[in-house]
Amino acid sequence: MTRYSATAGQQHWQFDDLKTLLAKATPLRSGDCLAGLAAESTRERVAAQIALADLPLKVFLNEQVIPAEIDEVSRLIVESHDALAFLPIAHLTVGDFRNWLLSDQATSDSLKQLSPGLTPEMVAAVSKLMRVQDLILVASKCRNETAFRNSLGGQGVLSTRLQPNHPIDDPAGVAASILDGLMYGSGDAVIGINPATDNYSAVTDLLKMLDDIIQHYGIPTQSCVLTHVTNQIEAINRGVPIDLVFQSIAGTQAANDSFGINLALLDEANQAARELKRGSVGNNVMYFETGQGSALSANAHHGVDQQTCEVRAYGVARHFEPLLVNTVVGFIGPEYLYDGKQIIRAGLEDHFCGKLLGLPMGCDICYTNHAEADQDDMDMLLTQMAVAGINFIMGIPGGDDIMLNYQTTSFHDAQYVREVLGLRPAPEFDRWLQQVGITQPSGKLAKRMPDQFSHLLQSLS
Amino acid sequence: MKTPQKIQQQSIVNENPWQALRRYTDARIAQGRAGVSVPTEALLAFQMDHASARDAVHLALQVEPLVEQLQTAGYETLRLHSQAADRSEYLQRPDLGRRLSSASANTLQTYRQQHPQACSVALVIADGLSSMAVQQHAVAMADAVLGRLKNRGLSVAPVTLVTQGRVAVGDEIGERLGAELLILLVGERPGLSSPDSLGIYYTYQPRVGLTDAQRNCISNVRPAGMSITMATDKLIWLIDESMRLKCSGVTLKDQSVSAAKVNTHKNFLLP
Repeated sequence: MTRYSATAGQQHWQFDDLKTLLAKATPLRSGDCLAGLAAESTRERVAAQIALADLPLKVFLNEQVIPAEIDEVSRLIVESHDALAFLPIAHLTVGDFRNWLLSDQATSDSLKQLSPGLTPEMVAAVSKLMRVQDLILVASKCRNETAFRNSLGGQGVLSTRLQPNHPIDDPAGVAASILDGLMYGSGDAVIGINPATDNYSAVTDLLKMLDDIIQHYGIPTQSCVLTHVTNQIEAINRGVPIDLVFQSIAGTQAANDSFGINLALLDEANQAARELKRGSVGNNVMYFETGQGSALSANAHHGVDQQTCEVRAYGVARHFEPLLVNTVVGFIGPEYLYDGKQIIRAGLEDHFCGKLLGLPMGCDICYTNHAEADQDDMDMLLTQMAVAGINFIMGIPGGDDIMLNYQTTSFHDAQYVREVLGLRPAPEFDRWLQQVGITQPSGKLAKRMPDQFSHLLQSLS
Repeated sequence: MKTPQKIQQQSIVNENPWQALRRYTDARIAQGRAGVSVPTEALLAFQMDHASARDAVHLALQVEPLVEQLQTAGYETLRLHSQAADRSEYLQRPDLGRRLSSASANTLQTYRQQHPQACSVALVIADGLSSMAVQQHAVAMADAVLGRLKNRGLSVAPVTLVTQGRVAVGDEIGERLGAELLILLVGERPGLSSPDSLGIYYTYQPRVGLTDAQRNCISNVRPAGMSITMATDKLIWLIDESMRLKCSGVTLKDQSVSAAKVNTHKNFLLP
C-alpha cells in the first residue's frame, strides 16, 4: 500500500498499514523496541509522524488496528463511536486536529462534547505528534469530574489515593500508614490497599477495617482493596462493604483474558456496586488501573505499539464511567519504559489521552530500582502532571512502598505540589480536614496533632 | 538595621509525635516535615537506600571470589554468560538474558562430551537484578542445599555461574547438562529496604521453553527476610515432593509445614 508514506529530501518511506504507521511514529521507548515495532532510525520516526499528520481522521473509522472480528475491545470502540459528536472534526487530518486542540476554539466545553466522537486510536495518533507542553496544555483544558462520597476532578482540586500497603497486611501496620497519611491530608481520592495476598478472607478483613475507619471518623472518602474483580463481586454478594470495585484493564481482548476478565464481567461488577448505592454525592464506582506495556507483556498486543494499546484500555474504561483511572506508569520496568525521560513522556501521554476521552485520570508517578530514574524524575513528572490538571496521585509514607517494592509519590509530595500551585483536596474532604484540625483554613497543615488522634497514641505505650 | 534574630533550631522541623507507630511497620511514617517537605536526615536516608538498590542492580557480579569460595567448599564450577552483552542490554532485552551465549553453550557441550554420564542436580547461580544478593548469600545457600542433596546420594553437576542471566537461562543450562533437577539462585529485583534479596527457582526436568507455571519459587532470602536454613528446608521439601510426583510448578503446591503463624496487631484506630 502506498497510502501511508512520506518523503524528505531524497528519501522515501512507506508504512504497510495503520498500526505500523502508528508504531513507527511513536516517540522512542524500550517496549516498542522489544516488540520489534519501533522506527529503525530517528528520521524514519519523524517521517512516520509526517505521514500520520497528513492522515484524515476518518481513516480511523474505516481501518481497525486489531480486527473487530477477533477483539471485543475493537468492537466496543466501533459500536460506541458517536458520529454526531465526531462531525465537527470529521474533515480534519491528524495534524489539523493537533492545531485545533491547541487553538482557543478547543474549550473545556467543546472538548467535552467532542469526546464521544473520538476513538482511542485517533487520540493516540495525535498524541504522537505532540510535545510535552502540548500534552499539558490540552489536558489542562479538560475537566472530568466524578463523585462518590466526595467530588473529584474540579478546578483547583488535586486528590490523592492513600496507599497504606503492608507486607503481611498487619492491621496495625496498615492503620499506622493510614494515620500518617490522614495527618498529611491524604486520602480523598480513595483509601486503597494492595493486599499482600488474594486470599478471600484476608481481603474481606481489610475491606471491613477500611469501612469501619471511614465510618468511625466520618471521613468523606471511599475505600478499595485492589484484588481481582471476581473476589469483589463475591464480596458484594456476601454483603461485605464495598465502595469501589478495582480492576486492572488492558487495551486488547487477549490481554484482558490474561487478567482473567472481559467486558461482561466488568459490566456485572459495575452494576453490582452501583446497586449498593453507597455513594453520598455520586455513584461512580469503578477504579481502573492501566499501564503501557501490559498488552506486550501478556504477548497480546497484535503488533500494535504499547501507547496505542494503552489508549484502547481507556476506551474500555470510559464505557463504565469510573470514579478513578490510574495509569501506573513506571511500575512495569525498564524493558517497557527505560528511563526517566521515557516514563515522564508516557505519563503525560496517558494523562492527555485519558482526559480527552473523558476519563478522571490519575497517575501512579513511580519507578522501580532497575529503571534509569530517580526522585528528580518523579518531581518533574509530578509538577508537570499537576500543571496539566491531573485528578489524583498516589500517597505513601516517604514514597517507599514496602510491599510492592517500588517508589511512588509521598504524602509530602502531594503537599508540595498543592502548595506550589495553590491546589486543594476534594471540597468535602477539605472541610473534614479543617473540622478535625488536621489543616488550617488556609489549607496549610496544622502545627499540632489533633487531640482525637494523639489520644490514640497514649494507649500504645 | 535591627540585629537579625537567631533562628530557633527546634522550630525549623515540625516533628511528628506518632513515631511510636513504627513498631508496627517498616513504612517511612512519622518523618516530620520542613515546611511541607521531607527533613534533610530522612531525605538522605532515602537517597542512601536508593543508592544501595541501584548499586545492587548495576555493580557487576565479582565472579572470581565466588568461584574460589565454591572450590574451597569442594564444588567444581563453570563460568557462563547470557546473550545480553551488558547491563543496559540486559535490562531492555529480557529475551537475551534467558539464553546462553554461543561460547557458553559450547562450554557446556564440551563438558558433556568429556562427562557423558548425566548428573541428577544442576545448581545455577545467576546475577539477575541484584549482584549484592548473589555476592553475599549465594555460596552459603548453594552449600546448604547441595550438602543435603549429596547426603541423599544424588549426583551434582558443576555449579554454573551466569552473568547477565535471568531465571529462564537455567532451563537451557539444565537441559544441556542433562540434569533431572534444576536449582537456580538469582538476585531479585531490589526494594528500597531489601537490596540483597536472593530468589530460588526450582524446576523438575528443565528444558528450554518452560514458563513460570513449571517453576517453584522461594523469595526474599536474606538476613532480614527468610533465613538460609528455612529456605533450605522448604527447597528440600519441594524437591522430595517433586521427585515423588514427577513435576514442579503450579501443580506442586507448597504445603511444607510453615513456621508459626505470624503475629499481627490490632488496628488501634478503632475502639
